[in-house]
Amino acid sequence: MTQLTPVLSAHWDEKDSFTIDAYRRHGGYGAVAKALAMEPDAVIQTVKDAGLRGRGGAGFPTGMKWGFIPQGDNKDHYLVVNADESEPGTCKDTPLMMANPHVLVEGIIIASYAIRANYAFIYIRGEVVHVVRRLQQAISDAYAQGLLGKNIQGSGFDLELVLHVGAGAYICGEETALLDSLEGFRGQPRLRPPFPAIAGLYAKPTVVNNVESIASVPSIINNGSEWFASMGTEKSKGYTLYSLSGHVANPGQFEAPLGITLRELLTLAGGVRSGHQLKFWTPGGSSTPLFTQDHLDVPLDYEGVSAAGSMLGTKALQIFDETTCVVRAVLRWTEFYKHESCGKCTPCREGTWWLVQILRDLEAGKGTAADLDKLLDVVDNIMGRSFCALADGAASPIISSLKHFREEYMQHLALGACPFDPVASTLFATAGAK
Amino acid sequence: MSPEALTEVELITVVIDGFEVSVPKGTLVIRAAEKLGIQIPRFCDHPLLSPAGACRQCLVDIEINGRAFPKPQASCTIPVENGMIVKTQLTSPVADKAQKGIMELLLINHPLDCPVCDKGGECPLQNQAMSNGRGESRYEGVKRTFEKPVNISSQVLLDRERCVLCARCTRFSEQIAGDPFITLNERGALQQVGIYEKDPFESYYSGNTVQICPVGALTGASYRFRSRPFDLVSTASACEHCASGCAMRTDVRRGKTLRRLAGEDASVNEEWNCDKGRWAFKYISSKERLAQPQVRGEDGELHDASWPEALAVAAAGLKGKRVGVLVGGRTTVEDAYGYSKFARVSLGTNDIDFRARVYSDEESSFLASVVPTLTTTYSDIDKADKVVLLGFEPEDESPIVFLRIHKQVRKRSLPVVTLSPFTSRGSHKLRAEVISTTPSGEAAAITALSGLTEKSVILIGERLGESVGALSSALALSKATGAKLAWIPRRAGERGALEAGAIGNLLPGGRPISDAAARVDLATAWGVDSLPSGAGRTTNEILAAAQSGELDAVVIAGVDPLDISATALNSLLNTFVLSFELSNSAVTAIADVVLPVAAVAEKSGSFLDWQGQPRAFEAAIEGALTRSDVRILSMLADEVGAPIHLPSVTAAAREFANLGKWDGSVTEFVPVAAVAPVEVSGNQAILTSWRQLLDLGTLQAGEANLAGTARASVARISAARANELGVTTGDLVSVSTERGTITVPAEVSDINDSCVWLARNSESSQAIATLGSVSGEVVTVVKA
Amino acid sequence: MAFNSDQLVIMDSIIARYPRKRSAIMPLLHYVQSVYGYVTADGIEIIAEKLDLATAEVTAVSTFYTQYKPEPVGEYHVGVCTNTLCAVMGGDAIFAAVKEHLGIENDGVTDDGKISIEHIECNAACDYAPVVMVNWEFYDNQTVASVIDLIDGARGGNPPAPTRGPKTLRTWKENSAVLAGLSDGLANEGVAAGDPSLLGLRISKSAGGNS
Repeated sequence: MTQLTPVLSAHWDEKDSFTIDAYRRHGGYGAVAKALAMEPDAVIQTVKDAGLRGRGGAGFPTGMKWGFIPQGDNKDHYLVVNADESEPGTCKDTPLMMANPHVLVEGIIIASYAIRANYAFIYIRGEVVHVVRRLQQAISDAYAQGLLGKNIQGSGFDLELVLHVGAGAYICGEETALLDSLEGFRGQPRLRPPFPAIAGLYAKPTVVNNVESIASVPSIINNGSEWFASMGTEKSKGYTLYSLSGHVANPGQFEAPLGITLRELLTLAGGVRSGHQLKFWTPGGSSTPLFTQDHLDVPLDYEGVSAAGSMLGTKALQIFDETTCVVRAVLRWTEFYKHESCGKCTPCREGTWWLVQILRDLEAGKGTAADLDKLLDVVDNIMGRSFCALADGAASPIISSLKHFREEYMQHLALGACPFDPVASTLFATAGAK
Repeated sequence: MSPEALTEVELITVVIDGFEVSVPKGTLVIRAAEKLGIQIPRFCDHPLLSPAGACRQCLVDIEINGRAFPKPQASCTIPVENGMIVKTQLTSPVADKAQKGIMELLLINHPLDCPVCDKGGECPLQNQAMSNGRGESRYEGVKRTFEKPVNISSQVLLDRERCVLCARCTRFSEQIAGDPFITLNERGALQQVGIYEKDPFESYYSGNTVQICPVGALTGASYRFRSRPFDLVSTASACEHCASGCAMRTDVRRGKTLRRLAGEDASVNEEWNCDKGRWAFKYISSKERLAQPQVRGEDGELHDASWPEALAVAAAGLKGKRVGVLVGGRTTVEDAYGYSKFARVSLGTNDIDFRARVYSDEESSFLASVVPTLTTTYSDIDKADKVVLLGFEPEDESPIVFLRIHKQVRKRSLPVVTLSPFTSRGSHKLRAEVISTTPSGEAAAITALSGLTEKSVILIGERLGESVGALSSALALSKATGAKLAWIPRRAGERGALEAGAIGNLLPGGRPISDAAARVDLATAWGVDSLPSGAGRTTNEILAAAQSGELDAVVIAGVDPLDISATALNSLLNTFVLSFELSNSAVTAIADVVLPVAAVAEKSGSFLDWQGQPRAFEAAIEGALTRSDVRILSMLADEVGAPIHLPSVTAAAREFANLGKWDGSVTEFVPVAAVAPVEVSGNQAILTSWRQLLDLGTLQAGEANLAGTARASVARISAARANELGVTTGDLVSVSTERGTITVPAEVSDINDSCVWLARNSESSQAIATLGSVSGEVVTVVKA
Repeated sequence: MAFNSDQLVIMDSIIARYPRKRSAIMPLLHYVQSVYGYVTADGIEIIAEKLDLATAEVTAVSTFYTQYKPEPVGEYHVGVCTNTLCAVMGGDAIFAAVKEHLGIENDGVTDDGKISIEHIECNAACDYAPVVMVNWEFYDNQTVASVIDLIDGARGGNPPAPTRGPKTLRTWKENSAVLAGLSDGLANEGVAAGDPSLLGLRISKSAGGNS
């Protein structure tokens, strides 16, 4: 049994864990002092050696990303933290920032120092006002204690940190859309190249990192790259936050080494809710192809999930039991992608609009087997044809559900209706409420 | 591009559908394919806009040095690379399916209203759906609908459901025009082009969006539902509205101009034009248009007359008389040449001037001595290290010059300096350094300019001549720094008229009137014994002489007397007036003989743009019964008994070309010293003004949709003056001279405290007619 | 001018946070909502003026993001998550019940202006499903009954406290000010983390205690 490894969440059970006092009580901001005494390149090297990979979904090596920033170019550099957590099922950065905002601030100071940025931004989604409060307070307290601003702790290093609050747009989690949004434009993805490392925010070299990635940095500086790399698997090092939600007895956050399996996590979570069986699940949010009970032992690291035909994504494990209609689930996700499509490119804008209509008919039992083929062909005309990955995400649940549950689609068509009772899948059905 | 520059361009060789092609580094795949004649379907792609990659219609398969991209790529966003192999829809089944898939998606929400859509028959969506689409749609759902159409300005309508969201229009507005008044709004499937509801799409360049829209989403109010493209006969033409020199296309159906489009000329207007050039052509078919010659009878009224009768009466009024000729600024080179030769040969006078506007002796000297030698072109702006604007508001007075400067400002932050009393919208868009200048302070401000090099370009507008000593200072600055100089008149015909000698101190081809050798040279060419010597009268001198009886007759072509002075018309009341006109006008109302002339669309000819480059055009309206000025002049010269032998435009063009440019010495420019600045106090202010692009100009008559987008008339005053007057923006103020008062809303701006600015010829704001002045005059400004 | 001088000073302070002023457009739109409750014409025009933009450029941005409202919303804006997981676990039932209870549809506002409703997408609290947000505060593990109580309490001026948030539910306008970056001093109120957030930690601690 894989042991849990609470690092980021180690003190969330303290009532004041979000305060600077609590953070300092446990050695917080010690990594800043340590990092500021190092050469910036040595900080980058440490993060490289640790093997930290992006926790926002793509898994790109964080240290390598930092290393792409041109040095000595006499240009302003920027660090932008992607706190736009919006991928369906994903709910790790939000509790992290609520319970421990200072670990993020500390990571930002270190990362900015490493990439020689004097201006950093946290781009947080706008629908989590209490998390915004906690970050505002954390930043304000960090300024008050000389951890931000001019000449941080006498090091000569200056850093301004601005909290930028979004306003409801999933696409802003895409890093170039995020940058456009932060610059004050509509959050639509940019052409690449140029990549943000060369021309990012305000066309200056920019690193965009996920919250959890940056929050992991202080522990690496404190404990060393070997400590970090000792956890996890060969190419997926370290600990990470896994979020279990849905039809499990006890949903919640689990900080564990990369490579833990769903079977292990389910055991910790008390299993699928009582009296029910696992039907399908997402390994990393709705944009990652669905898994079934056949995948319980897939190591949940970048390589393992990928080899099994999906993606680790945000480690958002949404668990659905046999009461759930997969067609309804997929329809709802498709409606989400339609709602969140930025509208820039044809296949995503028009394609998600069409897919919703097809899936609504299918869920209502209208159509024939030929419509399933049409659905797949339309998906084929969308996936890999769009400007960014949003439409690919929309295609994932459709393709994977048809792969694993084609028969269930056919049942809808044979019956001329959805064979499922939606009440059976609600939490109230077991909780006994209305 | 010079041959030296060509050799410097690195060429990249790629293979597209099995064919090799070498193109300059940086070329996009879609354009490399075009070089091979391979048309990859596209909507959002436009060669003059930055790539968007939005429509995804141009997907192709690409591999580089054996490494294939895992999925098809948008060929409009990817530059060529060595070792690149591209397979388009012609050779890649994957690309072909991808394109057909995109086309199907584009059409699921597109209405099937092609039969009633203006774009039908010339629609990229229609055409490419046929060439690169599926036979039938598999879409069974409900199409997205919007209320239609939406008036996004008085001249542009938007049918949102036809829109494919290619963002060409929004990119044009922002990137090219600098007018981001239309934007993509909402998101996803609801994304749509729109305006902020209180601020319509009032850009001087809005018509270009109609032209580049690849579907029928944006249409021009004046053309909507008027015609089918296949019923139109298109003719390449040149714009008659200003000296920018736009290439145009005029579309005519059964003798009537139905629309005009920007033509392509990479060295001048690229693919753009302004809304005036596009939409101001109703004057051709105005009800006031003259069809027949008219002769004033004994009853004092004008009566239709036959051509022989009218020409006989006209000749009788001119023959042996002392005559002045006012040519106006709108004539073609050939017509101006006709007037120039007619004046010298048939009337024996140098009393001829094309300037129907404010001018000075300083300008006369500048025109004769400096302008014919200028060689500055658009490409000098492209290469400039700095552009200086003197007496020149390019957005209003030569809009394509504005676009060219704006392009360089956007592309490489070209520094622009302007001498102006305030920061105009155009200056703002050009991020210009505005040197706040009063009308009498220009000469000194020019002298104080620094930082110019031989790579700098000084653009002089015709208004600079209104300020004493300013042209002299500008010339001195150019000489001292090596900066290139250009003179940019507002009207299309002025540069050509100057070259044709339609001015009292110059003969055709830049021959100085004062140079006996030049006169002999020309007399020989013209086959006459001699030519009148001595500089002729200028416009105001001709009018004064007419009034005083020193002249017996005046020939006037296309001149609005109010362009010259408030009293110009009165000067003509006691002389014989021969009017060459398109339509009934203030001049025809007092003329003794009126000869109707052809509009530009009805004749061939050419203009010289501000660069001095010829912009030739053929008649767009075939078989028009009207005649060009030069042909009528030739008949009239015969009648007078002193023929000019210019029976056609072609003959005039040939003869003028054969004359060539004067290669002898030219007269020296006579510099003029600046005068002391005017001082004002209290309610006094120094008047400044210019003509806005869209105003009450005669050639804009009859086009209400265009007029609806004209900028409102305001009186610009400084915050200090507004304070003193107790007014804010929007409150009415009155600007007065002894002659009259203009009352318009105030607009508080960064204008020099001593100045007030008015639109020169706009609704409720006609400076000459009402105030009798355009610039430099001391006026009073009070709260109305 | 519809904004008073104090408000204009606040707007300038928001602009001053950024290296380039256009970046301030989003917090300024949140700020306009804190004054008016939605994005008004006055708001768009003052932002355009302050940021040297065309008004169309401001509307292009304001209409892109769903939190910016073109029409007034309620004093309490109720968002019911109906993304797949919450929907399946009860969000659909909750939203249907809310609509019926209030007699309004999605994006509707009650006649008294107190409550508006919207079905929202995933709000990053899936381990607390079904989730309802009021003025973007978390109401976790909701049932039909709890949400009806919540709404009725809010209409009566006495809404229950958010599950993870300040002790007292603030109004839409008040919370919009926080989103504009103006602190309301309530960061220290409320729990550090809810039980699901602590699940792994507690298991680890008890396992650590056992070993």
